[in-house]
Amino acid sequence: MEHRPLISIEGLARRFGDASQPAVFEDIWFGVDKGEFCCLIGHSGCGKTTILNVLAGLDSPSEGAVIVDNREIDGPSLDRAVIFQGHALLPWLTVMGNISFAVSSRWPSWDRAKVQEHARRFIDLVGLKGAEGKRPAQLSGGMKQRVGIARALSIQPKMLLMDEPFSALDALTRGMLQDEVLRICADTNQTVFMITHDVDEAILLADKIVLMTNGPGARIAEIVVNTMPRNERHRNDLHKHPQYYAIRNHLVEFLVNRSRAFDQEIAEHGYDPRRLKLVKPGLAAVNPPAEVVPLRHSS
Amino acid sequence: MAAFKNSLGLRAGLLSLLIFVAIVGIWQIATMPTAGTGPAMDPEYAKLVGAAAATGSKSAMPTPADIGATIWHHLLDPFYIRGSNDKGIGIQLAYSLGRVLLGFGLAALVAVPLGFLIGMSPLVYRALDPFIQILKPVSPLAWMPLALYTIKDSAISSIFVIFICSVWPMLINTAFGVGSVRKEWLNVARTLEVGPFRTAFKVILPAAAPTIMTGMRISVGIAWLVIVAAEMLVGGTGIGYFVWNEWNNLSIANIVTAILLIGLVGLLLDQGLAYLAKLVTYPE
Repeated sequence: MEHRPLISIEGLARRFGDASQPAVFEDIWFGVDKGEFCCLIGHSGCGKTTILNVLAGLDSPSEGAVIVDNREIDGPSLDRAVIFQGHALLPWLTVMGNISFAVSSRWPSWDRAKVQEHARRFIDLVGLKGAEGKRPAQLSGGMKQRVGIARALSIQPKMLLMDEPFSALDALTRGMLQDEVLRICADTNQTVFMITHDVDEAILLADKIVLMTNGPGARIAEIVVNTMPRNERHRNDLHKHPQYYAIRNHLVEFLVNRSRAFDQEIAEHGYDPRRLKLVKPGLAAVNPPAEVVPLRHSS
Repeated sequence: MAAFKNSLGLRAGLLSLLIFVAIVGIWQIATMPTAGTGPAMDPEYAKLVGAAAATGSKSAMPTPADIGATIWHHLLDPFYIRGSNDKGIGIQLAYSLGRVLLGFGLAALVAVPLGFLIGMSPLVYRALDPFIQILKPVSPLAWMPLALYTIKDSAISSIFVIFICSVWPMLINTAFGVGSVRKEWLNVARTLEVGPFRTAFKVILPAAAPTIMTGMRISVGIAWLVIVAAEMLVGGTGIGYFVWNEWNNLSIANIVTAILLIGLVGLLLDQGLAYLAKLVTYPE
């Protein structure tokens, strides 16, 4: 039997309305391995969030299925924690209340003291010690998103699903939170699926970057393997890494040109949605070009 | 001086006081007993008024001082009972308040759960909408004959009228509040696999609570408006009956006293619910 990743997305399609409507995306096949940090990148409207919602169990696909741990998912689960774009904290609860709500949902038999003790560990983890009694309205955007992250981590899920979690934050806060997410995910060997449209964020965080073309009828064009090892990715000197610009240029080239003209590419080169090309543009930069198979058609 | 200029509250208070003094002053001048012959008056009317006015003043319209004296008189002994038609104003207010709170409480018991159902189920919403739309604009007093006929008890009928007028704002606000709970909060509950009852009590109820409280505040205001009219109809006890009774006695001073007290109690009811609403309101 062939190896099946932790999350396996198989033949996913979603159309709104009846079958005659064009699909937002179709024939989506890819997987996320255990412990892997996977980013999905693409333009607005291509259905990124819908894919994440299907993974979360909040939306159901028109075709295809998502297999997690060899089981088809059929709804939300505590195994798959979601970090929402708009943090989605309950405004009438304090920081402690919001996280305790999640913890007591995960372990209903725990008493109050145990729930709070567990919640406090995760409040400390995201650096919000001292803010336990504050309501979301008293927190800055970055702190709110930290609470969202703590809430998702506190239920100790098998995987984290993040929908552009840092897009509403200012650059400085975003950078700090990215660093922390990187650290926490490395410490806990967390499996993460994240949506972003920020190329640098994807390079910093992801081991694997899934490129999605423009909708309607969006597809996965290819998967870029981030060949920069995790311990060599640091936000402040990312741009000094020899592979950085090669990967970045590849991603930007995709977003700017290829994402909207992918049908043409299919016509010229063929395309098997089940066997996506794994490209490693970073290696092309450090190895002699002669050894590398051309990745892009020359224009 | 600078403190006075900066304090809006102080200046507004002073202006209020000035307006009050002006009103009382104009009133005093308008109702001053006319010396000498005065304007010619129909002697029969004068006789009637003279006989009926408990104060015995020359005009049936009391002066502010008369009102003050009457209020003082009522406040000194608000809870006396001297026969079925002569009860202290405090007793009458207590009857009315009791009816309002009972009718309002029963309405809340029906409206909040039903509003929850309507807000959560588009099917129930559509099914009940025509009934609500038709019954909501009906004056609650129009129900009175029907209530008297079926219940055959005037006291319970007035409570029913309070119930029926309180139910709509609470029902509609609860349904609206529940129906407009942010999708992302519900999604949080779904991804945490929270059961329907826990979601209802831990997410939907706190989210909708400010809207529900607004409905309750509107309801209690309407109930307090309606009780006076309802008690005028059914008679017996209550502040509405008191007003009607004093009109029959042509005791304007008592009526004015009742008006002021009705206003005061209405204010307290409203402020009480406003305070409760503040407790459940959350900043976003």
